[in-house]
Amino acid sequence: MAEIQQGGGGGKKGGKVRAKKMSTKIDMTPMVDLAFLLLTFFMLTTTFSKPQTMEITMPEKIKDEDKPPEVNEKKVVTLILGANDKIYWYHGITDPKVEVTDFSANGIRKVLLKQNAEIPGMILLIKPGDDSRYKNMVDILDEMNITNMQRYALVKITDTDKELVKESNL
Amino acid sequence: MDMTPLVDLGFLLVTFFMLTATARPDEPVTVDMPSSVSEIKMPETDIMLITVSKDGKVYFNLDGKYTRQELLRTMGERYGISFSDQEVARFAVMSTFGLPIGNLKDYINMGPEERKNVNQPGIPVDSANNQLKDWIVFSRMANQKVRIAIKGDSDSSYPVVEKVVNTLIDNKVNRFNLITNMEMNKKPS
Repeated sequence: MAEIQQGGGGGKKGGKVRAKKMSTKIDMTPMVDLAFLLLTFFMLTTTFSKPQTMEITMPEKIKDEDKPPEVNEKKVVTLILGANDKIYWYHGITDPKVEVTDFSANGIRKVLLKQNAEIPGMILLIKPGDDSRYKNMVDILDEMNITNMQRYALVKITDTDKELVKESNL
Repeated sequence: MDMTPLVDLGFLLVTFFMLTATARPDEPVTVDMPSSVSEIKMPETDIMLITVSKDGKVYFNLDGKYTRQELLRTMGERYGISFSDQEVARFAVMSTFGLPIGNLKDYINMGPEERKNVNQPGIPVDSANNQLKDWIVFSRMANQKVRIAIKGDSDSSYPVVEKVVNTLIDNKVNRFNLITNMEMNKKPS
């Protein structure tokens, strides 16, 4: 049933016309050329780095009847993100002393670690100014992760803060 | 010379790259993302992507063919624009767009080459006419599992990002992802 009929119908011997024996080697150069062309193409177009994401959770919107939670002002450190990648920061709320720093490892990171050691239960308020860039916001949130800050919030900048930045002249 | 091992390896690599390659969808804007040390990988499905470009325009994308179909139908109902079945089908395979809903119909009916030449004004996010809000609300209705990712350009100004974030918070989306590039060796020793 499943045999392959070999040798044709006739049982004649000798008179068979044999096909000329061909060489089994074929020229593979074009195939290999094409293969390497494809290889180069796919290698150059593949992007391996999958983008990273930073997960952030924002507080729920405060309803009108709710009062915003009150905190001790001694624990509050405010960071204002200004133009040209500057960070203005101050401790406390009444009569603050505004200082300026930047996003380098010796800038904001040192400030954060120092303040965190000095103030128990520090709360950071991050206020990106109107002339700050998106990169500044990502950088400061990243810095929070690096220095392992526990309590921080992204808050809208107030007019008082804008005044403070202007007055500081830094 | 016996080239067999070389050719074998060549084909192995071809197969590997062919299988791992994913076609990158063409996007109307190039976005230069800021970097972070975060190591969470971006999930591949159920993503709603809100792109903020350098010049402060907002673009929108949602994956999933069927979710997109449902999204366009509900959005059409909301704004009183009827989309034909063919238009819905074409929208389902489109990628990122940044147009007010009124201009969307013309854009859907364009060819792929024509679309590239369109100067997209961005999705309106002003408080008077916040269409992004409706895109978000109806996307979440079409696909409950959707995760929201914001892809912002390093140089886009904060007030635009703030508008997008506030739109999200107003719609009770308190958790979202910011897409960044990877950055190495930033942890303090």
